Amino acid sequence: MPSVALTSDVPSAEPALRLHDVQRTLGRGRRRTAVLHGVDLTARRGTVTVLLGPNGAGKSTTLAICHGTDRPDGGTVRVFGRDPWRAGADLRARVGVMWQDGGLPPSLSARRFVEHVGRLHRDPIPARDLFERLDLTSCADRGIRRLSGGQRQRVALAAALIGRPDLLFLDEPTAGLDPQTRPLVLDVVREQTERGAAVVLTTHLLDDAERLADDVAILADGRIVRRGTLAELTRIGAGDVVDVDFGDADPRTVAAWAEDPHAAVQVRLGQDGTTARVVGVDSPAAMAAVAAGWASHDLFPRRWDRASQRLEAVLEEVSR
Amino acid sequence: MSAPARDRLRHDDGPVAFSSTAAPASLPARILAQARLEAGTALRNGEQLLVTLVLPLLALLGVHVTGLLDTPGRSGVDVAAPGVLALAVMSSAFTSTAIATGFERRYDVLAALATTPLGTAGLVLGKALAVLAQLAVQVVVIGGVALALGWSPALSGILPGLVTVGTGAVAFTALALLLAGTARPEATLAAANLLWVLFGALGGTVFPPRWDWIGLLPSGALGEGLRTAFIDGTWDLGALAVLLVWSAAGVLLCLKLFRWRP
Repeated sequence: MPSVALTSDVPSAEPALRLHDVQRTLGRGRRRTAVLHGVDLTARRGTVTVLLGPNGAGKSTTLAICHGTDRPDGGTVRVFGRDPWRAGADLRARVGVMWQDGGLPPSLSARRFVEHVGRLHRDPIPARDLFERLDLTSCADRGIRRLSGGQRQRVALAAALIGRPDLLFLDEPTAGLDPQTRPLVLDVVREQTERGAAVVLTTHLLDDAERLADDVAILADGRIVRRGTLAELTRIGAGDVVDVDFGDADPRTVAAWAEDPHAAVQVRLGQDGTTARVVGVDSPAAMAAVAAGWASHDLFPRRWDRASQRLEAVLEEVSR
Repeated sequence: MSAPARDRLRHDDGPVAFSSTAAPASLPARILAQARLEAGTALRNGEQLLVTLVLPLLALLGVHVTGLLDTPGRSGVDVAAPGVLALAVMSSAFTSTAIATGFERRYDVLAALATTPLGTAGLVLGKALAVLAQLAVQVVVIGGVALALGWSPALSGILPGLVTVGTGAVAFTALALLLAGTARPEATLAAANLLWVLFGALGGTVFPPRWDWIGLLPSGALGEGLRTAFIDGTWDLGALAVLLVWSAAGVLLCLKLFRWRP
């Protein structure tokens, strides 16, 4: 019966990755410290989930627990419904891991190492194709210790991709890349979701996070403090905030406008004196009143934007 | 499929139909790939070749030229050859393995390979197979040179000799992984070289032990076991038992103490 066959697809609605209430304590004796206290995280197939947070927030520990090189002290971790700590080769074949500054043997050539990882898979992508896609062909036969940081990053990405993984963990994939290769790596990461893979990555580069993320999770002090789609996280209140950039206007004029009495809205001046955030702009009439205030000081902003705030602002708010 | 189920799929699953093609190579293929990589690297690396082949051969020639182990009625090479084989086992199974693994651990190569289909078990089995391949090369080269120098091993000792080589290799590989998986790579490098020299010179390997207790060291047991096999042509069950105890202790401690990442 076809309906039976089709409903058997439903278990694949399980997210690629699911962490629930994950706890982890590291160190021994007096130096025992809780690194993760109850992390919840999911990664959906065909999407990029960006894990953000300051250094020491627990991002690397979370990733290690996700790919089964570390074991949580409490909570559950499921990769395609299974425990990665006890994972067999068939589950590991579906997961690709890119390590931050490491995981590569310095004495081997890039080609030898990536081809070796390919041999551990049944149907690897030909290493030659990967090197070409990642612009590594000219340095593939060089020893890994003689490659630049950006080249090594791409070799590590090639090793993570060669088994056609359904779930990818990328630790700072664009760190240290030059401006020519960064878009290339962003494109390659995006291609993975287009073929249906789930991607979980960490980054310090918020521009890259905003360009790649479908979902964002912010980790601080071992907890997920914000979680949602990029749009959800960067939407402010009821959309009543307008950020204004006055460009090269005189900061004294901007300050004079900011000090005017404003009936319905609040004005917060930026530190540089030529930007401001206006809160409470909840109608076209309120917007018109704000614009009238600009006109009375002969201020013509370079741009203003009420759509969303940047991730940077969300992170700042969280770390406060 | 019902509409709610389809919506659920779309919601949780993203827009793309999903069918996985990712699969591991077979277990033997994975282990063989790892062993080939490791043995190939070791046999191409000059420093490792120095320890695994050149220095043992120099020891053999030195003993032969100086006549240090000659006794009336017996050529010194009959005593030296089994001892130099024991030295060779220690160099590949212990020193070489410990140093390579220590640096792989420092560069997170061990952890990275553990997340591939190879896994931790495949990694250990691949290393063991690589040690066996190196041992085969060592036995052929060192045995060949010894024969050319006039070594006449007892033929009935070949089976006990090979079993002793294998057991010694297991014990020293386990000890190498224990060292590499617990100490810093610099400390591993220093200890692996120092212990090899001490075991080789004083541990009952090249020279027969001066005191009985040295036979309880893995080096002494390996040296004595091989001399008993190739000189007397018989099994040294005591030495084998000592090597088995060291193997078991090494494996158990590894399981408990080995850390994949520094």
